[in-house]
Amino acid sequence: MTTAHDSATETKNRIAALEVATPQRDLLMDGLYRLLRNRASVVGLIIIAIFVLGALFANFLAPFSPIQINSGKGFLPPAFVEVGPNGYKSDPAFLFGTDTLGRDVLSRTLYGARVSMVVGFVPTFIILIVGTVIGLISGYRGGWVDNLLMRVTDVVYAFPDLLFFIIMMITLRDTFIGQMLNGLFLLFSSLAIVSWVGVARVVRGQVLSLKEKEFIEAARCIGARDSRIMFRHILPNSLGPIIIISAMTVPGMIITEAILGYLGLGLRPSTNPKDFFITSWGSLLLEGQTAINAQPWLLLLPAICVSLIVLAFTFVGDGLRDALDPRLQGTQ
Amino acid sequence: MGRFVVRRLLWLIPVILVVSGITFILMHSAPGGPWDRDLSARQVDPNTQRLLNEYYGLDKPLWRQFVAYIIGDYNKDGSFKCGLVCGNLGPSYRQRGLTIQQILFMPPEGKNFFYSRFGYSIRLGVYAMLFAVILGVPAGIISALKQNTWADYISLFIVTIGISVPNFVIAIFLIIIFASWLHVVSIVPRSWDQVDVWILPAIILGFGTMARTARLTRASMLEVMRMDYVRTARAKGMAERLVIFRHMLKNSLIPVVTMLGPSLAALVTGSFIIETMFGFPGMGRAYVTAIGQRDYSMIMGTTLIYAVLVALANLSVDLTYVLLDPRIRLD
Repeated sequence: MTTAHDSATETKNRIAALEVATPQRDLLMDGLYRLLRNRASVVGLIIIAIFVLGALFANFLAPFSPIQINSGKGFLPPAFVEVGPNGYKSDPAFLFGTDTLGRDVLSRTLYGARVSMVVGFVPTFIILIVGTVIGLISGYRGGWVDNLLMRVTDVVYAFPDLLFFIIMMITLRDTFIGQMLNGLFLLFSSLAIVSWVGVARVVRGQVLSLKEKEFIEAARCIGARDSRIMFRHILPNSLGPIIIISAMTVPGMIITEAILGYLGLGLRPSTNPKDFFITSWGSLLLEGQTAINAQPWLLLLPAICVSLIVLAFTFVGDGLRDALDPRLQGTQ
Repeated sequence: MGRFVVRRLLWLIPVILVVSGITFILMHSAPGGPWDRDLSARQVDPNTQRLLNEYYGLDKPLWRQFVAYIIGDYNKDGSFKCGLVCGNLGPSYRQRGLTIQQILFMPPEGKNFFYSRFGYSIRLGVYAMLFAVILGVPAGIISALKQNTWADYISLFIVTIGISVPNFVIAIFLIIIFASWLHVVSIVPRSWDQVDVWILPAIILGFGTMARTARLTRASMLEVMRMDYVRTARAKGMAERLVIFRHMLKNSLIPVVTMLGPSLAALVTGSFIIETMFGFPGMGRAYVTAIGQRDYSMIMGTTLIYAVLVALANLSVDLTYVLLDPRIRLD
C-alpha cells in the first residue's frame, strides 16, 4: 500500500520536474520542435532544401546551358553506364547523358526544378490566403456567404479537376493570359481556382467549432469587433490545420504540373537562355517518352526527381500533421 | 432514407447544369472549331464549313446553342429535337453520323457492352480495383498485426510511394523495368483481347488505390485491435485466427468498404493518362482526343458522365455507411 503511494508521489514529482525542465513554447515553436524530432520529416526538409537551392542557383550549378545543342554528342548514356542500349559510349562530361539533340540532361533537369518549385509554392500561397479569408468569413458569418461556399464546393467536387486544368490550358493557351510568364500564370490561376475550396472548407470547419468556445464568447463580451475576433482569436487557433493542408497541397500542385507538362500542356519551352523558366520536368518526361527503350535515362532522372520531391513533401506534411495535431497521428 | 436519396439525386440537376455551363463557356472560348484540320492536312473549305455549322446549329448565338444542348431545339422541318433532358448527348462533330452515346456506350458488332469505350474503361477500373483490394487489404492487415516489424516497414514504404508518387511516373518506372529491360509484359498490344496487355495498365492504375486501401486497413485495424471486445474474445479463449477474422476484420473493414465506390469512380474517371499512355481504347483517351479536336458535344457529354459518376460515388459512401452502421442516421 505504502509502496504504491510512494511510487505515485514519485511519479508526480518527476512530472513536476519535467514541467519545470521544459521551457515554455508557443504552439508553432512546439510544433517545429516536434517536427525536427521526426526523422522522415527532417530527411524530407533536407531534400526540399537541396531542390530549392538547386532550382535557385541552376545557372551556376548546371554544367551546360540547358538549351545548348552539342552537335555530335547526342544519344549519350549517363557517365556511370559504359555503353548504352543504343550502342553509344558515355562521356564523363555529361553526368546523366544527353538527349537526342545533345543537350545535357542534368542541366535541363536542374532548370526544370525551378518550374516545379514555383508551381508548388506560388499557387499554394494564393489559395492559402483566398481560402483562409473566405473560410473565416463563411464560417463566422454563416448565411448566404456560407451557403454559396458550400454550393461552389459541390460543383468543384463534381468537376473532375484534372479535366478542368486540361480544358483551361487548351482553351486559353494561345490567348494573352496563356502567354504570360511562358504560360505559368495560366497554370497558377487554374490550379488556384480549383484548390482554394479545400482550404476554405477546412478553415470553415475550424471556425464553426471554435466560435462556440468560451474564449470567443468572452472576447465578444468585452466588445471586440468581429474582424478582431476573426483575425486575433480564431485565425491563430486554426493555424495548425491550415499549415497541414498547405503542406499537403504542394505535392499535388507539383504532380499536376508534371502531368500537364507530360500531356504537352504545361510550360511553353523557352529557347531564350536568359529566361528564368526554360523547361519543366513534365516537358522533359514528354520529350523522353518517345525514346523510352533506346534512352531510358531521359525519363529516369526527371521521374526520380518528381518522385523524390513529392515524397519529401509528403513526409514533411505527415510530420507536420503529427506535430501540430497529435490526435490525428497515424490515422490517415 | 428514401427522401435523402431523392434529395441528393435532385441536387445533381443544378450541379450538372453548372458543370455543363462551365464546360460550355470554356470549350467555346478555345480558339478553333471542330472543322479545323491539322495544318498538314487539307482544310475543309469555308462554304462546307458554313453548311456544316448551319446543319449542326453552330451558327446560332451561344446561349441558344446551350439551351439547345440542354433542352432541345426545333429542326428546320419544325420537328422538335430533344437535348440532354431526354438523355441525348448530341451528335459527334468528328465521327460523323454517330451520337455521343453511341460512341461511348455502343460496342462493335457482335460484342457485348464491355467492348464499348465506356465498357473498356469500366473493365480497366474494375481490374485495377481488384488488384488494389486483393493486395491492399492483406498488406494492411499484416502490417497492423506485425506493427513495427520489417514487414510493416516494407509495406509502409510501398504505401507511401503509392500515395505520393503520381501514377504516370510509376508507369514510366514500371514500363522501363518490366517492358524494356525484362521483356516480361508487352505494352504494344496486337489486340486488347490478350490478357497480359491488361496487367501493366491495371497495376499502374490501381497502385495508388492499393496504397490508400492498405493504409486505411492498417489504421482501422490498429484502432479495432485495442477495443474491449477483442480483448474479451481473446479472454474467453477464442482461437487467434477467429479473433482476427471474425472480430477484428469485420469491424475494421467498414471504412474500407465505404471507400470502394468512390475509388472505383476515381479509377474509371481518372484513367485517361494511363489510357493515353497505353493507347487504350477507353473513354478517357476518347475524351483527351475530343478536347484536342474541339468535338464540342463529345467534350460536354464525357464531362457530364464523369461528373455524374463522381456524384453517385459520393452518394454511395453515405448509403453504405447507413447500411453498415445502423447508428448513423441521415438527415
